[in-house]
Amino acid sequence: MALLSKKDANLILDPLSDNNPITIQVLGICSALAITAELKASIVMSVSVLFVMGMGNVVISLMRNIIPSKIRIIVQLVVVATLVIIVDQVLKAFAYELSKTLSVFVGLIITNCIIMGRFEAFALANGTWRSFLDGIGNAAGYGIILVIIGFFRELLGSGTLLGYKVLGDPIAKTGLYAIGYENNGFMLLSPMALIVVGLIIWVQRSRNKDLIEEN
Amino acid sequence: MSLKNNLHQLKEKYRGKKMAPAFNALHTFLYSPNETTHSGSHIRAVDDLKRTMNTVIMALVPVLIFGIFNAGYQHYAAVDAANGVIRQASLFGNFLTWDNFLMGAWTVLPLVIVSYGVGLAIEFLFAVMKGHEVEEGYLVTGMLVPLIIPVDTPLWMLAVAVAFGVVIGKEVFGGTGMNILNPALTIRAFLFFAYPTWMSGDKVWVHQAVDLAGGPDAISGETVLGFLAQGRATEMSYSVADMFYGFIPGSIGETSTLLILLGGLFLIFSKIASWRIMVSAVAGSLVMGLIFNGAVSAGWITETSTFYGLMSFEYWKHLLVGGLAFGIVYMATDPVTGAQTNRGKWIYGFLIGLISVLIRVFNPAYPEGVFLAILLMNVFAPTIDHYVVKGNINRRLKRAKNAVVLPGEGEGKADKLKAETV
Repeated sequence: MALLSKKDANLILDPLSDNNPITIQVLGICSALAITAELKASIVMSVSVLFVMGMGNVVISLMRNIIPSKIRIIVQLVVVATLVIIVDQVLKAFAYELSKTLSVFVGLIITNCIIMGRFEAFALANGTWRSFLDGIGNAAGYGIILVIIGFFRELLGSGTLLGYKVLGDPIAKTGLYAIGYENNGFMLLSPMALIVVGLIIWVQRSRNKDLIEEN
Repeated sequence: MSLKNNLHQLKEKYRGKKMAPAFNALHTFLYSPNETTHSGSHIRAVDDLKRTMNTVIMALVPVLIFGIFNAGYQHYAAVDAANGVIRQASLFGNFLTWDNFLMGAWTVLPLVIVSYGVGLAIEFLFAVMKGHEVEEGYLVTGMLVPLIIPVDTPLWMLAVAVAFGVVIGKEVFGGTGMNILNPALTIRAFLFFAYPTWMSGDKVWVHQAVDLAGGPDAISGETVLGFLAQGRATEMSYSVADMFYGFIPGSIGETSTLLILLGGLFLIFSKIASWRIMVSAVAGSLVMGLIFNGAVSAGWITETSTFYGLMSFEYWKHLLVGGLAFGIVYMATDPVTGAQTNRGKWIYGFLIGLISVLIRVFNPAYPEGVFLAILLMNVFAPTIDHYVVKGNINRRLKRAKNAVVLPGEGEGKADKLKAETV
């Protein structure tokens, strides 16, 4: 990472593991539960949030000295909303089926707590380049969890990955289905996504004992 | 005695080692420990956790044996029915036969073995990993699980569900005694939501009904509730006595209301289970049944309604079919997940009965809901207790505030205090 100083690199690397927005800060859970039944939707959602967050942090950071602090939340919302509408329109134009799967949740990126949180906590007080890195890092941390959840939910719930029937055909009874395996319908329901998030948190905290809160 | 001494010596040898909890579990399973608590004020009684669990298991054994016979009986009865012969159940004529027992044992015992094998393996694993003693909580769960699932549940599904239920339903909360949800019902719920085609419908309740479906030898095994939900009550050939004695299709252990009743009485007299929960749950289900019957006789529900079949079912018969009796006696009374206060137990039980019948009638996908009702009330039990305790505190505060201090009879301070608590 000669390209970035150690401090800058941490802006990207921290949210990926030890300060992950989902598993440590427990933000942005709603969308993580709602759209992760398929891996493809998870990936598209991650990319959308990556775009919104990277650009949004840059815009807010550029304007940080001229935003009156009394109306800063409104300004932030306008910025996110603009970016989200761009993403939504692009998805509708080029990936219509997917945008139907994601339905309202693309629009709901506006209310994603991670984005507002980073605007408030970072972009309003830091330079453009560092804000950009912070946005990218947090979006990637969000995305990596989404992809992990989506991977397990699609694999165990539908027996497919990105639409490919990796475990065989459940109707023609090939592959694993020939020996009596069945898809786990519970995986497709949101409660199971919450449990998967919980398991990820469990694994993460047992690997890094520093993350366990004292109480 | 020598085996006992040897085990004691081995225990000393392995003290503090990693595998010690696993060994100790086996040791105390066979013998009472050779050390007792010396300090502090402890109640010294023989009914420890293990004995409590064993009493419940004793109450479950008749149900299990009946379930084994019934699994075989239902299979042969369904085969007969497919050939046009309608069987009339008679206890010694065609129920308690070797054929039924062998067929039933062949299908039911693997479920019991898998349930115990997987569950206890996980308990041992967690005990060794966390370094605490193995707790006996799974003994009852492991017995309950095979009794509340359909007879043809694939073994690997059961294994997955047991692993899920024990880890997510119990171990993550801290193990036996710390769980908020009944682990056996968590396992049932997992199976129900994960593999619904194996847990409901008219094919899963009778052994081999799934395998033979669609072929020339196809057999059917619709439950009483299934018939009612589809408005086919007239096709049903089960009498009230059949429902009460349990000669009907259903989950393995739930069918015989008579044996469940006896088990319940045994649990009440051995003071293991709370009679308050049982009585109030029965009352709750009767009240809900009466409300539905009333709605039908008032003419609000006509025969064209989807719910007519179940709503017109006589209120007291709800207790005879489905898992309601089994759930009330063995599941709702779980001391860990149920309400703890006496008044709370009345509310908790009553709502279980009420909601069970409510879900049973209005659930469009599956005409049963006892496990959902109990899980729901498990979640609410601490809240109920909280308000009962709070109400009690408020009542006593009020009483203390309004208390009139009467002159004490004696001179001493103790007599004055006695007078204040009027």
